[in-house]
Amino acid sequence: MRDISMERVNKTREAILDIIKSPVLTHEQKLTNLAGQADSLMEVLELPEGLDELLNVDIDRQCICDLSEGHAPVRPRYIAPDYAKFMKEGCAFLQLPAPTDLYEALNSLLIFYKHVPSVTNYPVYVGQLDELLEPFIDTVDEVQAKKLLRMFMIHVDRTVLDSFSHANIGPKPTKAGRLLLEVETELEHAVPNLTLKYEEGVTEDDFMLKAIECALHSAKPSFANHKMFKSELTENYVIASCYNGLPLGGGSYTLCRLILGNIAKRAQSIQDFKERELPYVLNIMARYMDARVRFEVEESGFFEHHFLVKEGFIRRERFTAMFGLVGLADCVNLLLKKEGKTGRFGHDEYANTLGVEIMNIINDFNNSHEAPYCEVSGGHYLLHAQVGLAEDQHVTPGTRIPIGEEPQELIDHLQVLNRFHKYFPSGTGDIFPIDLTVHRNPEFVLDIIKGAFRQDLRYLSFYSSDSDVIRVTGYLVKRSEMEKLDSGLAVLQNTTGLGLGASKNGHILERKVR
Amino acid sequence: MGPVKAVVNKIIPFSSVDGPGNRTAVFLQGCNIDCKYCHNPETRGMCKNCGLCVEKCPKGALSLEQGRVCFDSGKCVQCDTCIHICPHDSSPRTEELTPEEVSARVRKQIPYIRGISVSGGECMLQPEFLTALFSLVRAEGLTTLIDSNGTIPFWEYPELMEVTDGVMLDIKAFDCREHRHVTGAGNETVLANALWLAEHKKLYEVRAVIVPGLYDTENSIRQIGAYLAPCLAVSPFRVKLIAYRPMGVRREYADQKVPDQEYLNHLAEILRSYGFSEILII
Repeated sequence: MRDISMERVNKTREAILDIIKSPVLTHEQKLTNLAGQADSLMEVLELPEGLDELLNVDIDRQCICDLSEGHAPVRPRYIAPDYAKFMKEGCAFLQLPAPTDLYEALNSLLIFYKHVPSVTNYPVYVGQLDELLEPFIDTVDEVQAKKLLRMFMIHVDRTVLDSFSHANIGPKPTKAGRLLLEVETELEHAVPNLTLKYEEGVTEDDFMLKAIECALHSAKPSFANHKMFKSELTENYVIASCYNGLPLGGGSYTLCRLILGNIAKRAQSIQDFKERELPYVLNIMARYMDARVRFEVEESGFFEHHFLVKEGFIRRERFTAMFGLVGLADCVNLLLKKEGKTGRFGHDEYANTLGVEIMNIINDFNNSHEAPYCEVSGGHYLLHAQVGLAEDQHVTPGTRIPIGEEPQELIDHLQVLNRFHKYFPSGTGDIFPIDLTVHRNPEFVLDIIKGAFRQDLRYLSFYSSDSDVIRVTGYLVKRSEMEKLDSGLAVLQNTTGLGLGASKNGHILERKVR
Repeated sequence: MGPVKAVVNKIIPFSSVDGPGNRTAVFLQGCNIDCKYCHNPETRGMCKNCGLCVEKCPKGALSLEQGRVCFDSGKCVQCDTCIHICPHDSSPRTEELTPEEVSARVRKQIPYIRGISVSGGECMLQPEFLTALFSLVRAEGLTTLIDSNGTIPFWEYPELMEVTDGVMLDIKAFDCREHRHVTGAGNETVLANALWLAEHKKLYEVRAVIVPGLYDTENSIRQIGAYLAPCLAVSPFRVKLIAYRPMGVRREYADQKVPDQEYLNHLAEILRSYGFSEILII
């Protein structure tokens, strides 16, 4: 462990005092932030040379960002337990036998959730709820089943205080899935996030229409291209956190992101970017991630001591890590400007082609980098189009087209997206607010999803332009809760604050309505 | 004989309001009636190349070349000055296209769309064009719908009907005199079309624009219900009640009353009492 300066200690102590005195943080939010400050004093990772000037600099020059994971990772960032095993066998550590009816199943899950760690300290994956609950759904009558599911979802919304928490349903329609959609349509909750794994021919249209109606009320579920995900990650994958495709019974050790727009600022020309600056930063970020992964596996003790591992709900061999990026649009636009060209990403063919060329460089690099302890993904990290942070300014999420610059026609928008979704098995996605009041036509959305998934788009979200629950970048918040926080009141869920930041800095309320 | 061309006002790549699912909507120029509440009056007339719009265009997107108005889409900012000042209810932004050219623009939306809908203006003024276009897009696996004011008899175009999946038919008033008051034309053919289309299972949707005060809307809906209820047994179709909104309507007609939700629900109830189940209010 390396020494740090007293100046840094005192700065941290001031930050700690600010957290303790904060009028807008709940007790739980204070504890999380206090732990983050304590961790920030640690210096234990074997950091690659050159990292400091890419990571620990002003936000407008930062090229690599570790997304608040801390200096000494105490657990993997994202954990996706095998809840089916828990339903079948119970859990010795939690002293819970296997459930025998719907009451016990829901109660057991709620207990389990409180013991699944993550970077947010809340479970980022709460299970494939339809498959988990279907065996128990007929142990009570339908009215009771719906009431129990309703109470269960309210419990999750009020105790999993972070919408980077994700439930999955589909692709096959089930009674449990239908009831969950009905409940979610009525509740209009921000937590948990919900994804329906969709496969044409497997997921029936009437089930999809129910899901779309739900999405236009409560901004969820989102829709994942099941065929595409299973071809990359096998059937045993989950969608967790924002929209992250990860191995079931494992997860992601870490997620770092490249800020491509800032890397472009370092380059003299397109050629300089492609041949010098980008490869330089790629190499340092990969080695930084290697160091984080090694610490978790070799030193933290997590994989030796945690009950999730000991009882086989997760296995070290099922973990990988996410090689993230933001700001492809910012990067392309800046590089073109540096060369005196006027094209814009999302609109001009040569700008989009430059985007593809950059993605190919990143993809090739990742496929040649030997990542430690990532057997499940072939010894390499998985690319991830990161959605951004609340404090990001002038940073466009992943490979999205910036808000305010969306093509006039949705077809032109989609035809840009389908060149980029394929690169990201660990997640990417695009979001479309829909003018529901005019449309009254959920099949319109269904046709777009079918077409998109035939064209190898990976993940799509829709919400009604006038609903209270809205999708910020990947996660959900309630507009009404943001307004409360903005007026100086404390709010229950951590992500409300992030949403408020994103609405001010990221213009998420100004997306083009379709 | 050259190819049948049509003057196309615009093509909307993704439309959610012109039939089931997602469809490309094609609007043809030219109409044979004159609805007081017309929401897109710039589709009514043909361009006379008078050049008035050329002078008024703030962006210089229009020019007069060899007596014809030419349009540069790259300079257009969609301010709509040209269509607002046009004395002929027309638009300089139209294009003359063959069925092949329109079909090529539709193809771009595959596989995101399930079909196309052609509207206007009144698209039934150009039945040969429709027949050719529909044959082309059907070969691509798309469905075909016509949006019509019903004043042209469908039974006279069996070849077109052969390649048409359905018709969305306006009944702008049931009473003939009221129809004439609203549109300037009688509705004998409209009502005959409704029965003929229903009988031949080509009636996808009946539409009524609800403008209280302009005509007796409640009575009209009641009579439509009674007249068409027997057809439901042949093949089901839906009814769309469209609330009048002043957007796009010519200034001299734009002060009609907008119906409230309660009244629209009341009209839907009337239709339900006649056995209609699929009623859409927009």
